[in-house]
Amino acid sequence: MTASNEALKSLLYATADDLLILGHRNSEWTGLGPLLEEDIAFSSMAQDQMGQSLALYEILQRDLGERDPDTIAFLRPESEYRCCHFVEYPIGSYAFSLMRHFLFDQASYLRFAALAESSFKPLAFVSRKLLGEIKYHIMHGNTWMAQLSRGGEESHARMQSALNEAFPMALGIFEKLEHEEELVDAGVYAGSAQLRDLWLQHIEPALAHGGLALPELNAQEAGTAFFGGRKGFHSEHLGSLIEEMGAVLRSDPSADW
Amino acid sequence: MSTIKSLDPRVTRFNIEEDDQSMQPLERRDYFETYEVFHQAKRGGRHTHVGSVHAPSPEMAFLFAKEQYGRRSTSTSIWVVRTSDIHTVGDEHSDMWENVPEKQYREAGFYKVRSRIEQFKKRHNDS
Repeated sequence: MTASNEALKSLLYATADDLLILGHRNSEWTGLGPLLEEDIAFSSMAQDQMGQSLALYEILQRDLGERDPDTIAFLRPESEYRCCHFVEYPIGSYAFSLMRHFLFDQASYLRFAALAESSFKPLAFVSRKLLGEIKYHIMHGNTWMAQLSRGGEESHARMQSALNEAFPMALGIFEKLEHEEELVDAGVYAGSAQLRDLWLQHIEPALAHGGLALPELNAQEAGTAFFGGRKGFHSEHLGSLIEEMGAVLRSDPSADW
Repeated sequence: MSTIKSLDPRVTRFNIEEDDQSMQPLERRDYFETYEVFHQAKRGGRHTHVGSVHAPSPEMAFLFAKEQYGRRSTSTSIWVVRTSDIHTVGDEHSDMWENVPEKQYREAGFYKVRSRIEQFKKRHNDS
């Protein structure tokens, strides 16, 4: 059987919106990074993520009849976004942003590696092309993680506290998608729970290398504390972000760039 | 009282007074080293020196070099080398590089026949 267009859209919007919103968030570090070279690297990865979201919005337009990427990215009402809460939160400290980057891109790599085998060919093709770019993001996250968590007592404590804050939020990446069973049955998508387990297997050794441990979670944190995004219910932070992202476009939607 | 004017505008914006005694230089171990960056634009090509980065480790130097020098053009490889690992001699020996005019016959560019050799090679390759 093949998945319905509604199911494919649910997967593509969730994946693309995560990248668009986190890319936009991380771009807020441009000019403020802790080192000139790191400022450039982090900004460049934020641009990568916007580019990755564009590649998926193009599939939505070309293969699934959705509107053009600019309109989709900037002019949808908040309830039509399918990103998880994790990517919506403000940048916070650099420790938090780095930890989010590490946790998210590990998940992103595994998600695209699985989607590279998808039965939905346009998505499989794009996913294969994105893996190399994300491989660098993983190297960047792992290297910083090792550097800072082994950089003395204060540095280690900051990284552990960033992990404690970010980890329960990150579980929101793996909230079940709308129409998920249909996507799994059709071989389009591996399934959110399966991706989460694979992700845990990947992040734990990298964290342990820096002497960091996953925090104990209460029932709510381990459950649905940061869920809702995949159904269009968002944190308080998304609305103002969308407002800001689309401000220039809305000022003159007919302008030719 | 004048304030510190740094090459880094973020430092300048702090308006730190020049003789501020509370600011002490960091100890030596707190400085990053510099790494020289070599960029390869196509597979099999030579790695060309493109600049340097500051970094606390070779791994981090690579991360920075890739985005700083590789993101605007096609790249197939990047090398980073600790600047202190490069051996050379200082400017006090700059006279070493000077040649007396009558030794130009030892330089490849000296020979007039060179342009004819190039022409021959070009003809030969084209045919």
